Amino acid sequence: MAFEVPNMLFALPEMLLLAMCCIVLLVVAFTGNRQINLVHALSQLSLLVTFLTVFWMMGEGGLTFSETYIKDPLSDILKLAICLVNMLVLSYSYSYLQARNLLQGEFYVLALFATLGMLVMVSAHHFLTLYLGLELMSLCLYAMVAMQRDSFAATEAGMKYFILGALASGMLLYGMSIIYGVTGELGIQAIAAALDTEELNQTVLSLGIVFLVIGIGFKFGAVPFHMWLPDVYQGAPTAITLFVASAPKIAAFALLIRILTEGMGDMLSVWRDMLIMLAVLSIILGNLLAIAQSNLKRMLAYSTISHVGFLLLGVLAGTQAGYAAALFYTLVYALMTLGSFGMILLLSREGFEAEEIEDFKGLGQRHPWHALMMLLLMFSMAGIPPLAGFYAKLGVIKSVVDVNLLAVAIVAVVMSVIGAYYYLRVVKVMFFDTATEKPHIAATTSMQYLLSGNVLAVLLLGLFPGSLFALCARIFS
Amino acid sequence: MMDFPLLSILILLPIIGGGLLLFCKQNHVLARQLALVISVATMLLSFLLYIGFDTTSHQMQFVERLSWIATFNIEYYLGIDGFSMPLMILTTISTVLVVIAGWQVIQDRAAQYMAAFLIMEGLMLGVFAALDAILFYLFFEAMLIPLFLVIGIWGGPNRVYATIKFFLYTFFGSVFLLIALLYLQFQAGSFSILDFHAVSLTLTQQIWIFLAFLIAFAVKIPMWPVHTWLPDAHVEAPTGGSVILAAITLKIGGYGLLRFALPITPDASMTLDWLVIGLSLIAIVYIGFVALAQSDLKKLIAYSSIAHMGFVTLGLFIIFRITANEAITIGIGNGQVLAIEGAMVQMISHGFIAAAMFLSVGVLYDRMHTREISAYGGVANSMPKFTALAVFFAMANAGLPGTSGFVGEFMVILAAFQANFWYAFLAATTLILGAAYTLWMVKRVFFGEIANDQVAKLQDINSREMLLLASLAVIVLVIGIWPDPLLNVMHASVDNLLLQITQSKL
Repeated sequence: MAFEVPNMLFALPEMLLLAMCCIVLLVVAFTGNRQINLVHALSQLSLLVTFLTVFWMMGEGGLTFSETYIKDPLSDILKLAICLVNMLVLSYSYSYLQARNLLQGEFYVLALFATLGMLVMVSAHHFLTLYLGLELMSLCLYAMVAMQRDSFAATEAGMKYFILGALASGMLLYGMSIIYGVTGELGIQAIAAALDTEELNQTVLSLGIVFLVIGIGFKFGAVPFHMWLPDVYQGAPTAITLFVASAPKIAAFALLIRILTEGMGDMLSVWRDMLIMLAVLSIILGNLLAIAQSNLKRMLAYSTISHVGFLLLGVLAGTQAGYAAALFYTLVYALMTLGSFGMILLLSREGFEAEEIEDFKGLGQRHPWHALMMLLLMFSMAGIPPLAGFYAKLGVIKSVVDVNLLAVAIVAVVMSVIGAYYYLRVVKVMFFDTATEKPHIAATTSMQYLLSGNVLAVLLLGLFPGSLFALCARIFS
Repeated sequence: MMDFPLLSILILLPIIGGGLLLFCKQNHVLARQLALVISVATMLLSFLLYIGFDTTSHQMQFVERLSWIATFNIEYYLGIDGFSMPLMILTTISTVLVVIAGWQVIQDRAAQYMAAFLIMEGLMLGVFAALDAILFYLFFEAMLIPLFLVIGIWGGPNRVYATIKFFLYTFFGSVFLLIALLYLQFQAGSFSILDFHAVSLTLTQQIWIFLAFLIAFAVKIPMWPVHTWLPDAHVEAPTGGSVILAAITLKIGGYGLLRFALPITPDASMTLDWLVIGLSLIAIVYIGFVALAQSDLKKLIAYSSIAHMGFVTLGLFIIFRITANEAITIGIGNGQVLAIEGAMVQMISHGFIAAAMFLSVGVLYDRMHTREISAYGGVANSMPKFTALAVFFAMANAGLPGTSGFVGEFMVILAAFQANFWYAFLAATTLILGAAYTLWMVKRVFFGEIANDQVAKLQDINSREMLLLASLAVIVLVIGIWPDPLLNVMHASVDNLLLQITQSKL
């Protein structure tokens, strides 16, 4: 058997990032926290280099490393999104972490390794590489959540995240092993081929899919596997919450697409019903529980759960248009989450976390511009046009209507009316209540500009969503 | 003329202008002047629509069509016909009035106030001009944001409850509209409203789609029993907000029934016309009695609005009964035309009269800071000029012949006689009930003994308020005496609509 030389070029961004990870690790190891600004700059540079490499290599693609690794349009766009999102996350987090004495080398090293894990997940086309990427990402995230060692809430959140995350990984792995047992394959492509051609034991196969869906559901935080999400979002320092809430969801989307649609596409009828349950429950429970929250981070956590439900709607439609709509939703979700947690970071300052909804009281008078930004984000999340969130919802609902799942669509839209209530409450607090004090904004000017740009992107994407829709549609055609 | 994107300019000018106003944060004077210039310019431009309008054609005019979201076949597709054009002019005129009305009254965050109304104007014009379903939905929903803020920021003491109720009610209605539109696109293969008109649907499909439309637009109109948000919103909203709510947002509901429900689902409309007629008659009679019992001026006018909008829905849906009663099997008789045109005139006329009524209440409220009828009495003694105008508007509200309020109601009642005597009888009770609650209110507020020192010290209206009310009085009078210019523009569209709905889709 001739040894085939793999096409290393397809994994060039990951290799570059790995090298940069090692450099940052070394710098941190030798300078401690004395040169933290250098570490910050180096980390941003690493992400930028990775971003540019992915961008430069867009186009040509294929399988490599014995069909365990893939470079296709989907992986390109997801990697670009992950790098961009994480660059923004690092910029937004800087002053917050500094004020809390959390601006340490470990943060950057873990963040970079987590990014590497996400990139591997996005490109993995084999159960083992998929798992490898997932664990690399997850282990970094567990450590990051618990980074604030003296905070009771943060350590509790870290512990919870770790235990439930490990359980989810176990489920996923178990599902993979069952699928391996039935098909004799671990590669996504080989599994798809086996499902297509061979007569397989459907019962065992379905059992395997159940475990896979549970694992994926855990990683996304879909009901009933959502228990970790509110605690982690609330307990972790906001900068870490921002990290956990944004890019990992993009990577989880890759996990979902690779396993269920590319690998198990033929089993649509089996996993569709499971996803319908997950989606409907997530949308209902996420929206209902969010109403009861007074903590903005926790409210956003429940809102995330409902967004996950919406995102799953696109996938369960089982059509190319549905997957494209789900991709659109994921990207818009990441953008909105960045903005809304970024806003909490912006208003937080030394010794003060702006994480209660009450903390936004009278923002419309104190800082009209920032209040306007938050207003746009809230209306976007509620799905009111002309903001990006509306088109995200439109896309996924259209795809379920197109496959005649009208009942699901109706549940989704009715619940989004209930969802509108808690987003409106934030707007109400900002604009209709009067401020009790007028604290200054501690965040750096560059962060304020970036955040404004981020929110204006949500508005702009709402006015001209055509090109992003077209891009998403092209990826799945 | 065709190449000049008049509709886009009409929509974008106030929106962009409103956006610019946000930047004159503290300079209230500049903000007001700028708002006035923009709103007057928009109004003058909208008159070009009337001048350039071809009254002989039912085709969409001033059409603009560009691809917008190619993946879903969503277009930027604008055009107007005889239904939308008068409503657009109503919108631009109302906005000018609102800007002038807020001139001195709004001192807190005046720039944002003006900006909100200008942006809202652009969005409402978009609602009337949109011919793509998603574009329509976009304007329809986006309009809620500025109105939500207007009521919430500049409203009365209970404004938060009122504005959230308003938002959730209307949002709840419109999500069903979205599902219906997506489903129709699935059937028709495009989001063009004109394609929806042509798509064939089974009766079951039509009934579900019709119900979705009805929920969405009934909340907006509002019809009994989904009307409860309106009195709350009106009472808490600042004067300008009430004017826009009454004059235009309610009309969007009626317009939606005309543009969507009747032509897209004619058979379901026919099957379920008893439902709409029943609800309309309840609105006219029951809500009329409710209005009689109000002690708050704005609430009284709000309930009277609901009763008057009952005429609109009644006019739109009695056509099927008229058709059934007519011996002529082919062709369209006068009754149907009378009903639809009556409903349209009623919408336009109510837009102006309700705006005038709310502005009058605003005049009183600015001076006395109360809307309780019992706090007034004998206002005629201290404010004679104002009383003359306000009594005129009250008469118009009660449907006095010679005012626009009479024309629409009379046309609908006449048409109702051709449908069923009892419909006409019940509808005609409004002439008594409307006169009762309006005149009783007039008696308690304006006539009689001077109630207290505050009333005695009232200043009569200044020239700004005079300008506002007098121009509205002229409009109400002109439409009342000579409605032809208004009716002429809609004849062709009405005939076309009747043609569409008398042809079964089954």
